[in-house]
Amino acid sequence: MLEIKNLHVSIDETEILKGIDLSIKPGQVHAVMGPNGSGKSTLAQVLAGREEYEVTEGSVEFLGEDLLELDPEMRAREGIFLAFQYPVEIPGVSNTYFLKAALNAIRKHRGEEQVDAVDFLALVRDKMAMVKMDETLLHRPVNEGFSGGEKKRNEIFHMAVLEPKLAVLDETDSGLDIDALRIVADGVNSLRAQERGFLVITHYQRLLEYIVPDFVHVLVDGRIVRSGGKELALELEDKGYSWLENAAAATPAAAAPVGA
Amino acid sequence: MPTTSTATLEELAEREYEWGFVTDIEQETLPPGLDESVVRWISAKKGEPEWLLDWRLKAFRHWQTMKEPTWHNLRYTPIDYQSIIYYAAPKSKDDGPKSLDEVDPEILETYEKLGIPLREQEILAGVAVDAVFDSVSVATTFKEKLFEAGVIFCPFSEAVKEHPELVRKYLGSVVPYSDNFFVTLNSAVFSDGSFVYIPKGVRCPMELSTYFRINALNTGQFERTLIIADEGASVSYLEGCTAPMRDENQLHAAVVELVAHKDAKIKYSTVQNWYPGDKETGKGGIYNFVTKRGICAGDNSKISWTQVETGSAITWKYPSVILKGDNSIGEFYSVALTKGFQQADTGTKMIHIGKNTKSTIISKGISAGRGQNTYRGQVKINKGADGARNYSQCDSMLIGDRCGAHTFPYIEVRNPTARMEHEASTSKIGEDQLFYCQSRGIALEDAVSMIVNGFCKEVFRELPMEFAVEAQKLLEINLEGSVG
Repeated sequence: MLEIKNLHVSIDETEILKGIDLSIKPGQVHAVMGPNGSGKSTLAQVLAGREEYEVTEGSVEFLGEDLLELDPEMRAREGIFLAFQYPVEIPGVSNTYFLKAALNAIRKHRGEEQVDAVDFLALVRDKMAMVKMDETLLHRPVNEGFSGGEKKRNEIFHMAVLEPKLAVLDETDSGLDIDALRIVADGVNSLRAQERGFLVITHYQRLLEYIVPDFVHVLVDGRIVRSGGKELALELEDKGYSWLENAAAATPAAAAPVGA
Repeated sequence: MPTTSTATLEELAEREYEWGFVTDIEQETLPPGLDESVVRWISAKKGEPEWLLDWRLKAFRHWQTMKEPTWHNLRYTPIDYQSIIYYAAPKSKDDGPKSLDEVDPEILETYEKLGIPLREQEILAGVAVDAVFDSVSVATTFKEKLFEAGVIFCPFSEAVKEHPELVRKYLGSVVPYSDNFFVTLNSAVFSDGSFVYIPKGVRCPMELSTYFRINALNTGQFERTLIIADEGASVSYLEGCTAPMRDENQLHAAVVELVAHKDAKIKYSTVQNWYPGDKETGKGGIYNFVTKRGICAGDNSKISWTQVETGSAITWKYPSVILKGDNSIGEFYSVALTKGFQQADTGTKMIHIGKNTKSTIISKGISAGRGQNTYRGQVKINKGADGARNYSQCDSMLIGDRCGAHTFPYIEVRNPTARMEHEASTSKIGEDQLFYCQSRGIALEDAVSMIVNGFCKEVFRELPMEFAVEAQKLLEINLEGSVG
């Protein structure tokens, strides 16, 4: 469903992604791991359509369509969902109002009927239970005053309601304690389905104990330096990123690693 | 064909009468310019009593010694006060558009989006129609209901005739004629306006609102409003209209005075959407220099100002409350949007005199395009105001990078028991917020209006229900095309 070919991405003239190839089929869960500054979040943002990033080379197809041609909202309506690493606060706009507007925009695009406030509440009840989210969070402004864990759960809740075809999770595990991590992971697992693909971006192997991936890719300095099955994550945990960073540095075109 | 044209004229003359514009006034217009004879002429035209003419003259003589203020953060071409016509008989319908087909399509589009019924559209756009009769009859029904409750609600000039003792007692009691340049000018030449008196213990049975306003549309550029709530009375007054109105006066200098006696409550809501001037050049917009002030004269009284200011090229306006009675409450909730070349310098003054007085200020400034938005506010706690409290919150939002937001809060405390809180923020409408909305499927323009409406929520919830809905739509329309 997602075909990334030789993707090069720059921001402010600095190349971040230096030729990514990745193919995701429906039902698959792919994990992308990598050290800080390797370009993981850039990949997520580019897929969702963030403007600041400039695609200099390569292509991304989603369900046979040129994804890079679409505005962010059209990508969402076509079925791409990004769970943010840092969910954004929108003061004064209630979570329900926001999510209902989102759902109705997507339904409209699909030629489905609009849901009203009553139907919407009925619809979201069990999804809230899924991520053990308190109903008061529904009526509070989007993410405002939410704890770190509540924000991440809210992202998964949005995902559950919007039922995307491809979900991209950008470091959803960061800043979560083990209980919150488990709740988030349970939410994701219950959304795993035949027709749905996942791209799970994480720094730590920990999340992958709960969301078991079909494939693991290691991203170092803008390139996927190694791909494998779920056992690759364990190996990485064992040996650390330096193991593959050294390998990346050995390739002639590689620039100095960014950040630490 | 002379006969036909005579017939047409007669028909027109008749219709003119139906509009209800002209009753005891002949069709006359003064030449431009202002001197003492103009003031006398206006007063005579209105058949005013001696004391009112004297008051006008005192104001005029004082005005001649005054200079236009320059302390504000506004720039505009100087006003030539001698080129203004200070008394114009209501325009003949011949000057107005003949039908909606002749009205600026952009204005019609706004009406459409606001969901304003066709007939009201025609009235607002100044189309010569007889439909006014409908709203007159609606107004008449309301008038009867108000009369039963003992509420006086009438044009200012009528109040001068029918209730001279009330007008004489309260006129200028909150905003003295010498208050400032524009007030003094208004006091000398005011055309008409509204007068409201709510007797002791009466809760005004309805919101005093737009329906009436349609009838009072042509009160002109120097408007005067006086609202008195006697002991234990309460009233909610809605001024203005979300729809852009046809208006040929560039300078508006209105005065509003509110008096709340013991245990009385006055809520005054404004939606102002006058012509902001040409989008590209800023030319031709309204200059709006308004003085609004209320006094909480009695204990436990309350005055609340809510304003949504989206129109005018220049807005200069500081609705204020003098908290004289013990335990009295003053509130100011404001949304000011400037886009294109609009400039707003607006805020409030809260003067605490009585004990345990409380004031709240919530100001939301939104700037887009090349708009400049200034919050200017003063909180003053006098010596005797034991236990006074103030909470101020001034938030600014910037859309784009050619606009500006400025905040000038003045605080003066002369009583050590006072408790003051001040919060201020300036934010750019976040790329992050917009992207977050879009990544959930929400279109860019919807995202902008959602974020801005969220930003203004604390103010909108103070507006009467239908007004709040209209105000939200108004912001949406005004923000179209501001981003992207």
